[in-house]
Amino acid sequence: MAAYFPFPAIVGQSEMKRALIIAAVDPNIGGVMIFGDRGSGKSTAVRGLAALLPPIAVVDGCPYRRDPESKEACVADCPVCGGKEVRAVLRGAPVIDLPLGATEDRVVGALDLETALTRGEKRFQPGLLAAAHRGFLYIDEVNLLEDHLVDLLLDVAASGENVVEREGLSVRHPAQFVLVGSGNPEEGELRPQLLDRFGLSVEVTTPTDIAERVEAVRRRDAFDRDPAAFHKKWRAEESALRQRIADARARRDAVRTPDAMLEKSAQLCIKLGADGLRGELTMLRAARALAAYERNDAVGEAHIKSVAAMALRHRLRRNPLDEVGSSARIARALEEDFA
Amino acid sequence: MSAALDDAALAAALTAIDPAGLGGVWLRARSGPTRDAWLAGFTQSLGARCKRIPSAIDIEGLIGGLDLAATLAAGKPQWRTGALEAARGGALVLTMAERADPAIAACIAAALDARDAFALIALDEGASPEEAPPPALLERVAFWIGLEDMRNPTPCISGESIRAARTAIVEIADGDLETLCAVAAAFGIGSVRAQIFAQRAARAHAALRGAARVAEEDLRIAARLVLAPRAITAPPEEAAAPRDAQPHPENASDQTGEGEAQGDRLVAATRAALPPGVLAIMAERNLARMRAHGAGAKARGASRGRPIAARPGRPSAQRRLDAIATLRAAAPFQRLRGRLPGGPVLLRRDDFRIRRYEQRREATSILVVDASGSSAAQRLAEAKGAVQLLLAQAYVSRARVALIAFRNAEAAMLLPPTRSLAHANRKLADLVGGGATPLAAAIDAAHMAALAERARGRTARIIFLTDGRANIGRAGDAGRAQAESDAMDAARAFRSAGFGVAFIDTGVRAGRQGEALAAALGATYAHLPYVEARGLVDLMGISRT
Repeated sequence: MAAYFPFPAIVGQSEMKRALIIAAVDPNIGGVMIFGDRGSGKSTAVRGLAALLPPIAVVDGCPYRRDPESKEACVADCPVCGGKEVRAVLRGAPVIDLPLGATEDRVVGALDLETALTRGEKRFQPGLLAAAHRGFLYIDEVNLLEDHLVDLLLDVAASGENVVEREGLSVRHPAQFVLVGSGNPEEGELRPQLLDRFGLSVEVTTPTDIAERVEAVRRRDAFDRDPAAFHKKWRAEESALRQRIADARARRDAVRTPDAMLEKSAQLCIKLGADGLRGELTMLRAARALAAYERNDAVGEAHIKSVAAMALRHRLRRNPLDEVGSSARIARALEEDFA
Repeated sequence: MSAALDDAALAAALTAIDPAGLGGVWLRARSGPTRDAWLAGFTQSLGARCKRIPSAIDIEGLIGGLDLAATLAAGKPQWRTGALEAARGGALVLTMAERADPAIAACIAAALDARDAFALIALDEGASPEEAPPPALLERVAFWIGLEDMRNPTPCISGESIRAARTAIVEIADGDLETLCAVAAAFGIGSVRAQIFAQRAARAHAALRGAARVAEEDLRIAARLVLAPRAITAPPEEAAAPRDAQPHPENASDQTGEGEAQGDRLVAATRAALPPGVLAIMAERNLARMRAHGAGAKARGASRGRPIAARPGRPSAQRRLDAIATLRAAAPFQRLRGRLPGGPVLLRRDDFRIRRYEQRREATSILVVDASGSSAAQRLAEAKGAVQLLLAQAYVSRARVALIAFRNAEAAMLLPPTRSLAHANRKLADLVGGGATPLAAAIDAAHMAALAERARGRTARIIFLTDGRANIGRAGDAGRAQAESDAMDAARAFRSAGFGVAFIDTGVRAGRQGEALAAALGATYAHLPYVEARGLVDLMGISRT
């Protein structure tokens, strides 16, 4: 039985939910970073996301979930993909948890100890990066992650490929995943290099509205008491959302971006002094994904407005001591430009 | 019946009733008969076994894995079950939880999140507020309990009434739920988990009473046991909070008054449960957590970091076997040892190779700032500016910065070693100047802080910003001569510890005291009459080499 809390049942936190949905519609956006206090539903949302991802076609039995459409083999000597006939099956897209204490072995993969010790064979045991291929990789408390693991993740996320050269093994396999991180800024800042690698960033706070809090507790309690019934209650909404994401994926590339909108977003970025073009590109991509999700044919002002903060927040050149933070600046600029 | 029970016993009973829902207990107590009695009582109530694990357990011991020794002996894979699996349906007792590694905590937290049906008892023997179990664990257990020594043994609740309560179905009214949430909000508790715990605790308590509905008594217990220890702010005495609660449609008219009154009483009860000074302690604790689990890696020798070449040795919990190197060492001798074709690899003890890791040591800069009257307020502003610039640098280089300020009779650590800019900024803004100059106390404080950093495997560098004119001695009494000799004593003691020290004389003219003190400290001396914050940072750069 599914033990996760259904995504649509999460109370409030609309920005976080929107960002995750956008990342699901367009995995190329580059992941989501969620900043927020403990107990504000970050992990719950990400774990609920798995049920919303449209299933993917994979080669049956391939440990790296190769797309049957692709011509390339997953790894040099994959026993499954190397054969002539491959069978395509539909599988759920993975959402993999990378625990804080994960060793490098667990993450990149390592020598298969069992076969090495018992049969003296050298075999590669894929790690979490392989498991997350074509899905999501979730790191809770990413700001507490050890530096050498962060370096490693950045490398793989950038190249889309995991290269293992250790313990006498030499393996390279594809590892393309959407990185989702969460963390509490009070416990340590995130390295700027890693921060920039996330396409979107959102800030969540615990709801201050009593009614909202009560509803959150009530739903959680209903879930704890009878998960099966709770799932049943939310199943329709969940599958509608999944369908909507699948539709949005299909139509995403057909969404037009009018020149006026390109200009508007460029103006906004110049005004805020966003470094580089990455923020602008991400913002447009996210706006397009959102437009597709909202069943529009073209990107409109409303779309840009609702993704601007999450796309630019972490990319503004900021005085690291500026307490006001980027969110307020973006809100101000939006108010002026998008009246 | 429950009136006779104290909070610790009550927490044990409620956890036994709903172990998975309440997560467990954070028990602050010294090892001793009191704690043992509590644990025994809890185990008896729970009616299931408690799996005890040390906080130094390795991940494999926690989640299970290949049993290396048995596998080698048997020639086929032998798996061992992890402690998390073994604790299922019972409780996991984590001893010396304040020493638990964040990685271990993350593993246990994930298991608690997955509702693996066990309760966590985190035994915390921490002597000072800085020592606390990882926050990820504390967040996930309902009860935070402190046991004092030398008390009467905890009365325990019989297994039968616990079992009966477990299966009881208890309803909670919407209005009561609202009240609990409002109380949580009034005490500044952000986490939704705390409210969920409070709600479940209330329900478990009602079940223990044999009631079918949660009553005010249950709410009061839940607020006292779950919410009060987590309080961050105290609501104003008039307890305005529950009035903000939107009245629920059902009890809109006549019952609202009653609900409000109940909320007020609950806030009062919760406040009464706050021991004096608890808010200050909590604030300190939050700091301490930040300090203990700042970010990134700790220097940890043989257990983590970048792998470097393996060495012969005996594997143990801390010294992991390097399988490949071991097999490689054994390979040349296989024929000699009579390995059959296709048979298992024959290993001898001498083949074992252990992994070694190397980790860059982290650095902490400790700034000791003279906030006394002799250093003018302007100096203080400059020092603040310097700390801010250092923090900005630390943001890039991932070093830590700590701030000790001294004035009047004492030196206080204003900012424990941190990388968090948000927090640092707030702390800095609060620093005020004026008063006497307790230099000896400041040097001692810096000494302690530097030793603590060294114990955590970090390199400490200390920068003093003062004019060196001590006028308060170690004993806290005024008198320039005594104060100066005390300061020199402290400085010499500090020097023997062998830290890198810089001394920045902030006096208007370069003074004899400053130079003498710097020499006693073994410090790099610089006189910057009007310290430009930028210049200070440059000097830091030099003193760093």
